[in-house]
Amino acid sequence: MNQSNGPRPFDVEAIRRDFPILKREVRPGVPLVYLDNAATSQKPVQVLAEITRFYRDHNANIHRGVHTLSMEATELYENARQTVATFINAPDPRGIVFTRNVTESINLVAHGWARKYLHEGDEVVLTEIEHHSNIVPWQILRDERGIVLKFIPMLPDGTLDLDYARTAIGPRTKLVSVTAMSNALGTIVPVADIVAMAKEHGAKVLVDAAQQVPHMPSDVQALGCDFFAFTGHKMLAPFGIGVLWAPVELLDAMGPFLGGGDMILTVTLEQSTWNEVPHKFEAGTPNVGGVVALAAAVDYLSSLGMEAVRAHERELVDYALRRLGDVPGVTIFGPPDADQRGGVVSFDLEGVHPHDVGQVLDSRGVAVRTGHHCAQPVMAALNVPATARASFYIYNTTDEVDALVAAVEETSRYFGGVSV
Amino acid sequence: MSERNGPAARGAIAGGPQQSESLLDDLYKDIILDHYRNPRNRGSLGAARTCFAEGANPLCGDQITIEVTLDGDRIEQVQFDGQGCSISQASASMMTDYVKGKTVEEARGAAGAFQRMMTSGEPPEEDLGDIEALSGVAKFPVRVKCASLSWKTLEQALLARGAEAQATVTTDERSAR
Ligand SMILES: Cc1ncc(COP(=O)(O)O)c(C=O)c1O
Repeated sequence: MNQSNGPRPFDVEAIRRDFPILKREVRPGVPLVYLDNAATSQKPVQVLAEITRFYRDHNANIHRGVHTLSMEATELYENARQTVATFINAPDPRGIVFTRNVTESINLVAHGWARKYLHEGDEVVLTEIEHHSNIVPWQILRDERGIVLKFIPMLPDGTLDLDYARTAIGPRTKLVSVTAMSNALGTIVPVADIVAMAKEHGAKVLVDAAQQVPHMPSDVQALGCDFFAFTGHKMLAPFGIGVLWAPVELLDAMGPFLGGGDMILTVTLEQSTWNEVPHKFEAGTPNVGGVVALAAAVDYLSSLGMEAVRAHERELVDYALRRLGDVPGVTIFGPPDADQRGGVVSFDLEGVHPHDVGQVLDSRGVAVRTGHHCAQPVMAALNVPATARASFYIYNTTDEVDALVAAVEETSRYFGGVSV
Repeated sequence: MSERNGPAARGAIAGGPQQSESLLDDLYKDIILDHYRNPRNRGSLGAARTCFAEGANPLCGDQITIEVTLDGDRIEQVQFDGQGCSISQASASMMTDYVKGKTVEEARGAAGAFQRMMTSGEPPEEDLGDIEALSGVAKFPVRVKCASLSWKTLEQALLARGAEAQATVTTDERSAR
């Protein structure tokens, strides 16, 4: 499974051939232009084949049973843990906990770590550009525990107010939990700077890397964070498989999350003892097929090289910013500079509600996301009810950006004269 | 894997760039765009209102306030305000036009007929005038809630009668990523 021959050349046409869905038409004669990658990515044949291969040839429950299939499945599962660890440069595969998605990873930290260590008056610093999954668990904990939440505000250009961050992060801060890249605006957050601020005060740092790991190189050791969460479905893997990384000692010191099978060592009717990490946090039968497929997805991305992935998306977003920015009536939100922006372009078309934009685009096969992108505070800060968002991945092309721009121009004509 | 095995290709929705255009025109009929561009009964009744309700679909950002002045059982005045997509705003405009002067019972009946039109895609059993133009929305399940919002909000306002509306109405059914 491991590609040892180094990165293959970044050839978009060759990549596209690996994704059968991209040949689909949304209606006869209308080819799909898939630009909703921040929501979820498409899956290459290599990953699809791995899922089939697992269920066809190796399917068995893991960590129990001495029979051949169970041992094979266990080996595939634990090898995947190593593959994922290597991908984010985690020093020890036992620091990789498999979850359902990034939402569960963050909730795991809120239950297993924060419930145990945070007390009334302790501060958790978040940002205004977080996905709801990195806001709501902390609000629940606040209501339960009396912790204090602080939010680093967003500046008008979609970047964070780091001066405010410097004053907000202080001796009472116990946790700083930030996204590495905004799914709503594409803002790339200077997480390393924020880690440095947190470390000055001994605070832990959780990085929501849902939009980082699929799109750019990730190195948890270089970053120096304490928790690092991401989700498989945005990086070529199937739904229902996510990851939480934390140093083994930190995981050891945490309380359990879900209770049940696999996470225990011994159970009597009176009490139980916990299994060692990471199994302590993997209660019940895990998504074994999903984990194996995630490893295949990681292998696929590794074969391209994450530097090349980022360079490709940077080029696309730079092109899209220029092309879409030239369309009359279009307002683009977020950082104007492609260096500070992942492959996401959130925009408004004057006089046309994003929902209507999305509808006309769909009639042209162009799939974008419209709405609040699970980031209502960002919409509130921009003072818009919703935006239309195009987001790119490894298989997108400048031709597809052109198709997007043409469809937006057409939307403008279609609703021409509207002055609402 | 066949290239044309998606649900859309199974004949549920007509195809081709040409059909795409007409599909879109099915949704955005001229009369709908006209109500969107030139909304009727938009604004506030101020102190004259006898009941009102608010409706919102937070997922897509549609938002509507409906104010009604009742004269006994008759809807003497009705106004809407809000923001949102063309379908939600045009539907509100058409709805206010239609129910003005009707009794509460008649308005409720129309709301029911509208709802059934949204599920069936068939013309309404009762003559709803221009509103029939919205029957094309039934082909776009995610937009049905946009069209329905003003009707649901009206029903809530009529339920509230003299009292203030109890809760914000929504036709959002699902949470989304
Ligand atoms: C930045 C960010 N955080 C968290 C999430 C939540 O991911 P999931 O729904 O897989 O838990 C997403 C995606 O929806 C995201 O973009």
